[in-house]
Amino acid sequence: MVSLDNANPVVFLRRKERHVLPEEEDDDVTDKFDSREVFDLIRVINDPEHPLTLEELNVVEESNVKVDDDANAVYILFTPTIPHCSMATLIGLSIRVKLLRALPSRFKVDVKISPGTHDSEHAVNKQLADKERVAAALENSHLLEVVNQCLVRRATG
Amino acid sequence: MTGARKLLVHHLKNSMQSLQEAQKLSGHTERVWCVSWNPSGTLLASCSSDKTIRIWGKEGENWVCKSVLTDAHTRTVRSVSWSPCGQYLAAASFDATTSVWSRKGGEFECLATLEGHENEVKSSSWACTGSLLATCSRDKSVWIWEVTADEEFECASVMSTHTQDVKRVKWHPTKELLASCGYDDTVRLYREESDDWECCNTLKGHSSTVWALDFNQTGNRLATCSADCSLKIWQEYEPGNAEGVNTTDNISVWKCVCTVSGFHERPIYDVSWSTLEDLLVTAGGDDSLCVYREVLTADAKNSPKFEMVARVRGAHAEDINSVVWSPSEKGLLASASDDGDVKLWKLLQEA
Repeated sequence: MVSLDNANPVVFLRRKERHVLPEEEDDDVTDKFDSREVFDLIRVINDPEHPLTLEELNVVEESNVKVDDDANAVYILFTPTIPHCSMATLIGLSIRVKLLRALPSRFKVDVKISPGTHDSEHAVNKQLADKERVAAALENSHLLEVVNQCLVRRATG
Repeated sequence: MTGARKLLVHHLKNSMQSLQEAQKLSGHTERVWCVSWNPSGTLLASCSSDKTIRIWGKEGENWVCKSVLTDAHTRTVRSVSWSPCGQYLAAASFDATTSVWSRKGGEFECLATLEGHENEVKSSSWACTGSLLATCSRDKSVWIWEVTADEEFECASVMSTHTQDVKRVKWHPTKELLASCGYDDTVRLYREESDDWECCNTLKGHSSTVWALDFNQTGNRLATCSADCSLKIWQEYEPGNAEGVNTTDNISVWKCVCTVSGFHERPIYDVSWSTLEDLLVTAGGDDSLCVYREVLTADAKNSPKFEMVARVRGAHAEDINSVVWSPSEKGLLASASDDGDVKLWKLLQEA
């Protein structure tokens, strides 16, 4: 039996679906990316260990998503459930890959651990910021499969 | 002309330059990691996550793709480097191998595949004599290969001085002195000592990954660039130097004499020092290119100053991974980007 890093995580309520305004469905209106939109992309990512989303574990929060559409910048902080969580790099990588696939390539995306919430914060942040290591990791088919499992949309109740 | 006035004129003249896009070379189907000119400047090699190497050459006024080298690598080709004679091209790949291509008779042929690194090979470099090839990898090691007379490659040394991923290797332009840099934020220099290779200097100063380095033309200076968004210039102080900088065991020391920062907003991925003029160029994750020139100062050796003379924001649509000056044409340079393009640029004196 595989032991979990955090066997009994605190579960949080999911946010309600975003109310879509009529002008957002109007193709003639230029609609900038905002933090709620980017949050919606990452809140549904599955936790690698539990049958819960990153939102339900409070790993990602809308207040920790900063988007500056004009500057092409997206800045995300995520919070591992426990300070020694061995899945932190994988979670960060999943967030990065999700945004790599979903956002236009003009965006510069920074994904970091919320300051003070993980024992290896600096090491994980450095690895996630290293595009070469991220690129090499995604060429590893086993790792890519694990990331894809986090990104598969599960049926929600 | 007085010294001060001369300085002012020089400053004004150099402040007014611009980088103009000369040509866009499209063909790679994924991000381009590296561009490299052959020693005569007649060919440009590029490599990509699409696992191929492209060779570009000039036809009339335009640069065109002359060959596409495929099937040598199963993963990303991270970097390419030409031998000093221009007859060989080495390609380092994430598939843990380095392929060596021979250009005899105009056609490229894969001569050898060097195996030994445990995982991704990041960079390779040929020594000035052409008889040594260095490679480096995420496995933290730097390998030196001897090129035998019958075109065989034998491992001469494995150096495991870095504590992390090694990003780049580069030989000194005239001596058998090797430099490497990487994820442990340091730069290391190696030399051969009584039949074995050893690390003779460790340069510390950057506060994050050192992505690239380049020697100046004479080899008494080294430029390094980093994820800390700065460019550093290191000066060699030989044993018995006039400045009285201490050296031990008759080995030169290298000191950081200048830090240039504030021009790139994201990691600087590459730096190139022109062999034709005293110009530097950097490229970064902020999609921009910056060109710098040394300003005349009273104590140029020990406290040089560099000014930015040209900058292009949005030079590519995405991160720029590589930039290099032409070895044969003043002011010409090539860049490569995540947007899949290679671009040629010309540094122009503004009217």
